[in-house]
Amino acid sequence: MANPLKLLKNGIIDENPTFVQVIGMCPTLAVTSSAINGIGMGLSTAAVLICANLFISLLRKVIPDKVRIPCFIVVIATFVTVIEFMLKAYLPALNASLGLYIPLIVVNCLILARAEAFASKNGPISAIFDGIGMGLGFTIALGVLGLVREFIGAGTLFDITVLPAAFPRTLLFVMAPGAFFTLGCLMAALNYFRNKKKA
Amino acid sequence: MNLILLILAGIFVNNYVLSQFLGICPFLGVSRKVETAAGMGMAVIFVMSLAAAVAWLVYALILVPLHITYLYNIAFILVIASLVQFVEMFLKKAAPALYQALGVFLPLITTNCAVLGVAVLNMQKGYNFIEAVLNGFGGATGFALAIVLFAGIRERIADNDTPKAFDGFPLALLTAGLMSIAFLGFSGLIKL
Repeated sequence: MANPLKLLKNGIIDENPTFVQVIGMCPTLAVTSSAINGIGMGLSTAAVLICANLFISLLRKVIPDKVRIPCFIVVIATFVTVIEFMLKAYLPALNASLGLYIPLIVVNCLILARAEAFASKNGPISAIFDGIGMGLGFTIALGVLGLVREFIGAGTLFDITVLPAAFPRTLLFVMAPGAFFTLGCLMAALNYFRNKKKA
Repeated sequence: MNLILLILAGIFVNNYVLSQFLGICPFLGVSRKVETAAGMGMAVIFVMSLAAAVAWLVYALILVPLHITYLYNIAFILVIASLVQFVEMFLKKAAPALYQALGVFLPLITTNCAVLGVAVLNMQKGYNFIEAVLNGFGGATGFALAIVLFAGIRERIADNDTPKAFDGFPLALLTAGLMSIAFLGFSGLIKL
């Protein structure tokens, strides 16, 4: 079994799903118009990822190799349905603002990629830690993106107004184009620091 | 509801890629060359129209009568996965060149959230069969239009001297952002 701490660090920093692997882009761009939405989406995805990783890891010797992808998808879709019901029951406001993107967690390539690359080859405990690491990495990335967009676009952080009312809001940043710009600039900044470190 | 408006709204106003963020992975992944982008666009148009039709039938004829609509997500994703498999086999036989060009991305249509998104949206909005299929077709055409335009721009950018930190994804995202602003011009044109 691999070192749990190493697995966590791997998911959060070394192979961060959003900034390094660049997968699971649709929810990343779509729901990060505020920090709360971003973190809510990140945690929902993380919950599905951890459960799916655990089950796929437990079933890895039972699932025939040739039909593994459909099997993985059914496992993932089941957990997404569970999460959807829980959100509807306990957090209806968050469920309403995430809307369509909750059922679409099924097709988040991050979850399928971890099932294929990690959970189907490793034991259940490693798989759980991989799920936690990747899930947290995804949540942090979405949270940061949401924070930046909410701050520039609406002048608030976690729905609390921080910029004085006289300060102009760039509404574009909470709309569709702002998502592309923010992520592009964040990635470019990370690239810049990485290149500098190497040089 | 005017059916032509439904298609036009799917292509321009509610463009899946640029205003609803569905299908971003293939949009960024297969858009380095106009030819492959066009191939991907065609494959998505075909799969998505078909998927919208089949998902509607599965929902109306199986899930609703059996009172198991809560299983919609699992049912839709299975329908789409098998459809993609079928399209893949079809292309392998009928157009090997295109099959070669699209390579690993064809199976990825399964995880193209636009396809599942159309099926779920059709269900949520309660469209009838014809509206559902046209919505799928319009949305997919919008996707194809966006990805081909985007590939054209990226081909030009690739020949230019760009800041090193912006190479690859960051620049692609900024380009997509600018395109998204352009498509904002269509918003409010058609109200559904």
